[in-house]
Amino acid sequence: MIEVQNLTVDYGPTRVLHGVSFNVAEGESFALVGESGSGKSTILKALAGQVPDWSGAMRLAGADLGKRRDASLVRRVQMVFQDPYGSLHPRRTVDDTLAEALVIHGIQGRDAKVLAMLDAVGLARRFRFRLPHQLSGGQRQRVAIARALMLEPQVLLLDEPTSALDVSVQAEILNLLKGLRTEKRLTFLLVTHDLPVVSFLCDRLGVLRSGRLEEVSPVSALRAGQLTSAYGQELITRSG
Amino acid sequence: MATVAWLLDENPETRMQAQLGQGYRLARALARNPLAMVGLAIIVALLVVAAFAPWLAPYSAVDGDLANRLAPPSAVHWMGTDELGRDIMSRIIFGARITLYIVLLVAVIAAPLGLVIGAVSGYFGGFVDRVIMGVTDIFLSLPRLILALAFVAALGPGIENAVIAIAITSWPVYARIARAETLTIRGSDYIAAARMLGASHARVIGVHVLPLCMSSTIVRVTLDMAGIILTAAGLGFLGLGAQPPLPEWGAMISRGRTFILDQWWVATMPGFAIVVVSLGFCLFGDGLRDVLDPRQRVKG
Repeated sequence: MIEVQNLTVDYGPTRVLHGVSFNVAEGESFALVGESGSGKSTILKALAGQVPDWSGAMRLAGADLGKRRDASLVRRVQMVFQDPYGSLHPRRTVDDTLAEALVIHGIQGRDAKVLAMLDAVGLARRFRFRLPHQLSGGQRQRVAIARALMLEPQVLLLDEPTSALDVSVQAEILNLLKGLRTEKRLTFLLVTHDLPVVSFLCDRLGVLRSGRLEEVSPVSALRAGQLTSAYGQELITRSG
Repeated sequence: MATVAWLLDENPETRMQAQLGQGYRLARALARNPLAMVGLAIIVALLVVAAFAPWLAPYSAVDGDLANRLAPPSAVHWMGTDELGRDIMSRIIFGARITLYIVLLVAVIAAPLGLVIGAVSGYFGGFVDRVIMGVTDIFLSLPRLILALAFVAALGPGIENAVIAIAITSWPVYARIARAETLTIRGSDYIAAARMLGASHARVIGVHVLPLCMSSTIVRVTLDMAGIILTAAGLGFLGLGAQPPLPEWGAMISRGRTFILDQWWVATMPGFAIVVVSLGFCLFGDGLRDVLDPRQRVKG
């Protein structure tokens, strides 16, 4: 579903990704873990089309990613951002935010679709016309997830979707994501530094260190504490 | 009171109820600010006077009674008469129309123009930004009245040309505001999210960026209204705005200047009108600024 070949990204003179390659199968949930600055978010941004200057090859759902994105691609891949306080437009109600995608793509039946999506992400219908500042962090993140799912994408890019939330709310959002994944047969690419989240939500993980992929392992190896690379073991020790 | 409860419902059922509720909260917050209410009262008074000028004015604005020229304020002529025996109060009442016409037209032309230019400049950045802001800076560096003067001199005197000249000289301020606001939001996640959903640049600017620049621009426009009135009056004073016998307040002051020592009321009365109306817009603008902050919106 996602193929990344030899992806290299430069921010000015600094190279932040050194030829990273990995594949994610359809319906799989793949995690990229690493410290801040390891380049894990950059991979996500490159896939999302927010990095202008990259080289290598990326394929999403069988389509080559070029410098320009077309509408069909947008409907296949969407993203959930890290900070639910910054990812929602402060002047647009939940309804505006969710209906946005439908308006852009000229999809009919807005009311029904918005209400159905609110139910799907577990937001009460009375929140429909609230503004973001009238919602809690967890509720906001539900809205952000709902927005990403409005176009019924096959791939969801998750940029530390729970790191800005309270611990109790984190569990709710993780359960929601897990449920949505089975229900809608989504492919996840998750970026996080939180190893418990990986073992809860993912099938495989890739360990990133200073822009290089150190190893790719099944999540069972993480649970058993048997990552092959020394750096992977170090991460386990530190989070343990 | 059922309506109020309906308006303030935390969980509105329809889009319209949500919007009306927001409007009502805004109005309530504004109503708690006494100075803003004074400003609003002055603006409403200006609107009423302009709308009903022919019924409110006791005399004609253009026909004078030469036998009764330069009469001091009295029970017959509350604000006295000018050098052609015209009732000054009637002229000020009719002049309200001209003032309102200029102010509204300038606001309608300059604010959207500046907003769009500034948002485009800030959103795209780079080369586009440098070119547009270069032009904006050139306009900003010239004194407004002088620039307006130059335009009127080129276009010819008259209200329409004065409006165009003032509009041309006042958009850069709004462009600067819109650009500054756009710079702070263009890198935010919600703009990235909108782009990811497939929104075009035009849609992102129009639907996501501009509404966020709106409140600061509205405040600025209201505060600038006073300046616009003064510029229009200045042009009128210099004989380049409204032409006689139109009762434009600036032109009236200009005519009264000759008699300012002996017949003070001829120049003072229209000057007083300018001050009051400018003050009204200033006070209202200040109040709006306090209210149009999204974080204060929840408070009912």
